[in-house]
Amino acid sequence: MRADQPASGGRLLVYRHPAFVRVAHWINALSVAVLLLSGLQILCAHPAFYWGDVARFAHPAAAISSRQADNGDPLGILTLGRFKFDTTGVLGVSKGPDDQRQVRAFPRWATLPAELDLGAGRRWHFFFAWLLALNGAAYLALGLIGGRLKRELIPTGRQLAGVWATLRDHLRLRFPHGEEARRYNVLQKLAYLSVVLGLLPLMVFTGLCMSPALDARFHVLTMLVGGRQSARTLHFLAAGAIVMFALVHIGMVLAAGPLNQLRSMTTGWFALKPDRTSS
Amino acid sequence: MTAPLDRRAWLRGALATTVSVLAAACDRVAGSPRVNSTLEGAETLTRSSHGLIVGRAALAREYPASAISPDFRANGTTNPDSEAYQALASGQFRDWRLEIGGLVDTPLSLSLADLQAAPARSQITRHDCVEGWSSIAQWRGARLGPLLQRARLKPQARYIAFFCADALELTLDGTGDYYETIAVADAFHPQTILAYEMNGRPLPVAHGAPIRLRLERQLGYKMAKYVMRIEAIADFSKLGRGKGGYWEDRGYQWYAGI
Repeated sequence: MRADQPASGGRLLVYRHPAFVRVAHWINALSVAVLLLSGLQILCAHPAFYWGDVARFAHPAAAISSRQADNGDPLGILTLGRFKFDTTGVLGVSKGPDDQRQVRAFPRWATLPAELDLGAGRRWHFFFAWLLALNGAAYLALGLIGGRLKRELIPTGRQLAGVWATLRDHLRLRFPHGEEARRYNVLQKLAYLSVVLGLLPLMVFTGLCMSPALDARFHVLTMLVGGRQSARTLHFLAAGAIVMFALVHIGMVLAAGPLNQLRSMTTGWFALKPDRTSS
Repeated sequence: MTAPLDRRAWLRGALATTVSVLAAACDRVAGSPRVNSTLEGAETLTRSSHGLIVGRAALAREYPASAISPDFRANGTTNPDSEAYQALASGQFRDWRLEIGGLVDTPLSLSLADLQAAPARSQITRHDCVEGWSSIAQWRGARLGPLLQRARLKPQARYIAFFCADALELTLDGTGDYYETIAVADAFHPQTILAYEMNGRPLPVAHGAPIRLRLERQLGYKMAKYVMRIEAIADFSKLGRGKGGYWEDRGYQWYAGI
């Protein structure tokens, strides 16, 4: 831990994030972004979800498809259980490279690469899956050994008791200042904890469940989540939850002072504003 | 009153430009051969870690008969249109011969009846397509390992190549013909069979009649349908476009255990 440094305007610079956390954070951010885009590319090959071990092609739990309108134009359709939605322009049918309507599950801007290419999508996905998994393993190992994970991410009893008050403050975009901002608040702790110990491990796990080679050795684990197609569906739902987290996370960074937040996750140093109550 | 609208239009324009510049940059990066060969490095990592963790002998899960899918999908070619194949099919494959050659001491030429008399295995397994879906079927076929033992592999043989009756893409040089290659070790896996039966009936044309390869621990595109010739080879750089299979030549991974 490095000593606090006084800065201009009565602010105090505190060393908020050690190097391993900062490096892991940015590798993670890059990996998640590439995995999301290449994952949507892979999904374009069969944009339908099922529960259990196998596909029931006629009865997907959810599916993106297309059909021809009366005037001959293709229409994009999202099917959720018994309900159908016209999603032309985004899901099912969107603009192709020549601005023509193209039948594809996700639009060009949402897939890596932009054109439909399952092989390339899988190449990107598996490279960055390895990066994400190795980075995550190193982060968890260092965080557990040093005790930092427990110290920084497990909420205290007092924090948990005040969770509703903190939530109310956050919804009004009133963030902790001064000494309180030295630590993660209870909402941050719960959000980060559920990502690093919940969603990301679930992504890796359900991803591995889809491998036919690993399934030969560990099919008990695949059965644990209900079968290969269940694993695939959960993989997508968990990805959606990570996207939701990322949107809120980025929104909060913007609301709480993006320069200070970005500096602390890049250099480690976070500026505390003078605490109004104590000054 | 027009000012906010102008600003909004400007912002929208700027955002659209940024997105398209980023997308173009992404495509540039995605298309670069050096980037691609770096990304392919992960395939080696996957293959060797699977070799370490899964091992050679682990069997793919086998299911009860009640799990068999009523709607098993047929992908790729569903009816090869060559005259030679159509003639074989109309004769119920009585004139079909499977040639086993290449790096072997005793090349074999087997009829369907010969294959049906060879050491067989029946298994109910899950077929995982690279597209993402899975279906379960029962397969019965001749075990590939004993057939290769009968043909007596030369020590240089490292891969087994399967040449098929179907062309998925029409090309002048024949690189559109379906073919696949697998490692010799995988060819000797007990569940690796040349299936002539699916769900208790002769293998349908849509699923690769008269035989298709079953390589249970990898994805569907490795399991060549309409197999006509099998060769033991030392390397596959001279076959097709050199990547070890029809889909591999078009960007799929040679190792399809993931």
